[in-house]
Amino acid sequence: MGKIWRISGPVVIAEGMRGSQVYEVVHIGEEELIGEVIGLDGDRATIQAHEDTLGLRVGERIEGTGKILTAELGPGIMASIYDGLQKSLTSLMSGGELFLKRGAKAFALPRDKKWHFTPRVKVGDTLDEGHIIGVVPETELVEHRIMVPPGTRGTLKRIVGEGEYTIEEPIAWVEQDGVQKELTLKQEWPVRKPRPYKNRFDPSGLLVTGMRIMDYMFPLALGGKACVPGGFGTGKTVALQQLVRWAQTDINIYVGCGERGNEMADVLHSFTRLREPKTGRLLMEKEVFIANTSNMPVIAREVSVFIGITLAEYFRDMGYDILLVADSTSRWAEAMRELGGRLEEMPGEEGFPPYLGSRLASFYERAGMVECLGSPQRKGSLTVVGAVSPPGADFSEPVTQNTLRIIEALYSLDVALANRRHFPTINWLASYSLYAESTREWWSEIAPDWADIRASALKVLQQEAQLEEIVRLVGPEALPENDKLLLLCARMIREDFLAQSAYHEIDTYCLPKRAHLMLRTIMKFYELAGAMVNSGIPVSEIRSSPMVPRISRMKDIPSEEFEDRIAELWTEMDASLVGG
Amino acid sequence: MEYSALYIKEAQAIEKTKGSLLVTRSVPGIKFEEIVDVQLRSGELKLGKAIDISGETSIIQVFGGVSEVDLVGSRVRCKGETLKLPVSIDILGRIFNGMGEPIDGNPPIIPDDYLDINGEPINPAARMPPAEFIETGISAIDGLNALVRGQKLPLFSGAGLPHNRIAAQIIRQAAVKGKEERFAIVFGALGVSYDEASFFMRNLEETGALERSVAFINTASDPVIERISTPRLALTAAEYLAWQHDMHVLVILTDMTNYCEALRELSAMREEIPSRRGYPGYMYTDLATMYERAGRITGKEGSVTIIPILTMPDDDITHPIPDLTGYITEGQIVLSREFDRKGIYPPIDVFLSLSRMMKEGIGPGQTREDHNNVFMQSYAAYAEGCYLREISTIIGAEGLSDRDKVYLNNADAFETTFIAQGETEKRTVEQTLDIGWQLFANLAEEDLKLISEEFIKKYHPKYRAAPEE
Repeated sequence: MGKIWRISGPVVIAEGMRGSQVYEVVHIGEEELIGEVIGLDGDRATIQAHEDTLGLRVGERIEGTGKILTAELGPGIMASIYDGLQKSLTSLMSGGELFLKRGAKAFALPRDKKWHFTPRVKVGDTLDEGHIIGVVPETELVEHRIMVPPGTRGTLKRIVGEGEYTIEEPIAWVEQDGVQKELTLKQEWPVRKPRPYKNRFDPSGLLVTGMRIMDYMFPLALGGKACVPGGFGTGKTVALQQLVRWAQTDINIYVGCGERGNEMADVLHSFTRLREPKTGRLLMEKEVFIANTSNMPVIAREVSVFIGITLAEYFRDMGYDILLVADSTSRWAEAMRELGGRLEEMPGEEGFPPYLGSRLASFYERAGMVECLGSPQRKGSLTVVGAVSPPGADFSEPVTQNTLRIIEALYSLDVALANRRHFPTINWLASYSLYAESTREWWSEIAPDWADIRASALKVLQQEAQLEEIVRLVGPEALPENDKLLLLCARMIREDFLAQSAYHEIDTYCLPKRAHLMLRTIMKFYELAGAMVNSGIPVSEIRSSPMVPRISRMKDIPSEEFEDRIAELWTEMDASLVGG
Repeated sequence: MEYSALYIKEAQAIEKTKGSLLVTRSVPGIKFEEIVDVQLRSGELKLGKAIDISGETSIIQVFGGVSEVDLVGSRVRCKGETLKLPVSIDILGRIFNGMGEPIDGNPPIIPDDYLDINGEPINPAARMPPAEFIETGISAIDGLNALVRGQKLPLFSGAGLPHNRIAAQIIRQAAVKGKEERFAIVFGALGVSYDEASFFMRNLEETGALERSVAFINTASDPVIERISTPRLALTAAEYLAWQHDMHVLVILTDMTNYCEALRELSAMREEIPSRRGYPGYMYTDLATMYERAGRITGKEGSVTIIPILTMPDDDITHPIPDLTGYITEGQIVLSREFDRKGIYPPIDVFLSLSRMMKEGIGPGQTREDHNNVFMQSYAAYAEGCYLREISTIIGAEGLSDRDKVYLNNADAFETTFIAQGETEKRTVEQTLDIGWQLFANLAEEDLKLISEEFIKKYHPKYRAAPEE
């Protein structure tokens, strides 16, 4: 329909485009590269190309599709690896092709695969938007609930029986205002538009991550939004990978946006080995990956983030708890900046477009706990964690600052901790979580004294930071005995509780109950040792107590015997840590 | 470059010149990023690239600058191609300039293929995580920041630090344990002085590595614009050797700071909106499209490992060049001016250096089972020593406890025996780990918290020294 008039990097200007709409998907040139209209001026359209424009000519044709960019939703998403445009990367490899060719096409969902569909409604039922009409066991870990797409409601006229169907075969017929609509296992949704829900609730309940510093100190609630800023080398990616590995959610989605290919390969390969702790099934069965590595087209970074969140909302609508991790939102922001520059927009701070904040908000705000549309009545949640890569680890830069305005939990990664090889490098003094109150109820069932223990441990760490400054002036030996003990105890909290190696066989994942017992043990030590100090025993003697190394080896105790061994440890502590 | 006598399209109307850019009236049928010939009045040819084309004008970036271009007598001719490197296995042992033309006095190679110098992204699903340990013979790298095949690990240096000597030592000594495999070195010199380039070439020659090396040399006096294509040519050659000839290729690129300066210069000429410190906003992506060409691919024998070298302006690691590089590469080896002043070679900073791929490359079957434990414990003990060193400068060593003094001395010993080594000294990884154990012998055994009891019994000098017979 139109023709290319100008090409400048990823921006293509086309003429003869009257009648197209903003955000309409177009096919550019003979190779049919995917692009989106981002601006209209008379019959000229400004198009952002999601694929490399190298070799295009002025005058090549541009074809509109009449549709805006949508995600394909249906069985076949789980365990998939997509590129930023939801092309299946495994399908792209099918011909033995190991590199990504421009213009290569691949469907998001397999067309010929048959899924076992079991209907859950009967003819004559009145269906509303979001009504679950049947289920497909997509993987052993995920039951895919087939829903009436938003915008459709009416009376069920016909439904197929239990059996095997492809995603394109009609399975149900709904009469809406006298018109019959066909439903398939598949539906589509425009990626930039949040999917509708009935009601929204405050985030509640703990998103169990298996990371002690998160679960215990700075808990993240289901439906919450958090950000993880950190300079390079602070272990951002490892921390996020740990999240998608062990988070106790129904489905995890990992969006690798403008990050390293080798790391992506590492995650993907680890998922072919790792097993879900409860069922023993491969973790891969509850994961979706979106890989738009840093050498893949820049403009697709934005779409990759929105594809990810749309998939997440779709599963949330089924009534699941979803975690979406985006690594890194800074790369997406950079893509916006690059595009803004090409479009000669007025730049805001540090060259980023002035709409940076609102664009970031439109992503994070899609997190939440909701009552889903349709029946049966169900709640779903979508928790979003975004990484930020501030240049020079300087948190005052625009992406970090704009993100902080939106999120409610901050896990601030610290270069100094990384240099000390303390992992995860979440800084306990700079991080916060506004969800401590909303997760209190959850914690009270596991550990009624959680809030007290947490508060007193945080206080010890806070006091340590103050004492450190004095130590730098007078040396550790000049401190009063009480303060020496506090330093010892703070060190135990840091090294034996907060530090947690992602590569430790047992300690890589820590259940909340176990975390509680670990910290409880350290605080008990502090109490008993405090009494000893008061009775005149020097801290140097306490430090050499055999209980100290015993506590530091708590991490090595296998989970099955943990509670028994801790009970033993407590008995021994009571016996040996007594004043003279 | 591929030459053909038949030009399809030609434009005579050059409207203006600006820096290395030419603006012509629209050349019909020109492709975006196409390579063009710019013919001067004298008949001399220059190469250029179409960087912005529209129905009205085409903007051409001229390689080698626009000197002698005049608006009347010069013409622009399309070649119908984007920039390609002619390749065959005969590139081994050859030296090329930043345009891929031989400069070693030998005839052009007879190509098997012409490869687009931008390459194609590896499908992330087809990548294999790098995991094979490369023994460099340098303790500070092997022991603390292990390099693996398919990794991209830069050297962050500063002006006057011995980064070239370290890189040369790696080239001489690097090997995968227990394997004899097809191995090649691709060397890209970007805007370096003639002396630096010849240092590397001499080194390759002396070690007999020249016949399995390819060099692309763009010295400081060569055209800036060619600096943009030089690393891409080097990587294209590396990919060709790795993926089509199953070779393990080590790519050394020096000095990437010069590359980034060139990128900034061209960006300014194109009047793009600058980002931090005048560097273009797309510098991250630009660097990533190169560094991401490192890797291993499922079903392929070869690998591409990249060691870019860059000098941090004013030793500032937060400067955009090292900063953006660090976000792309899998760790970094940082050189320390303090160590260099103390006479410690190689002056590798223990705290700032990091190899993200280390975990995969070490341990049983690769190096030794105790490697990770030794690494963690050495690191922790050294960190504590350095902290105490800082305190003791204020309160004096007398203010420290006896235990603290042990750690203070250990930090000194660690620098002089573990980090420091000779330029020609090649230590096996076992030797490196044993040096670590020697140092642990000075510490209290119960302080070795990060080492499993099993390894203490097996490797601690105390138990090893005890006669077993």
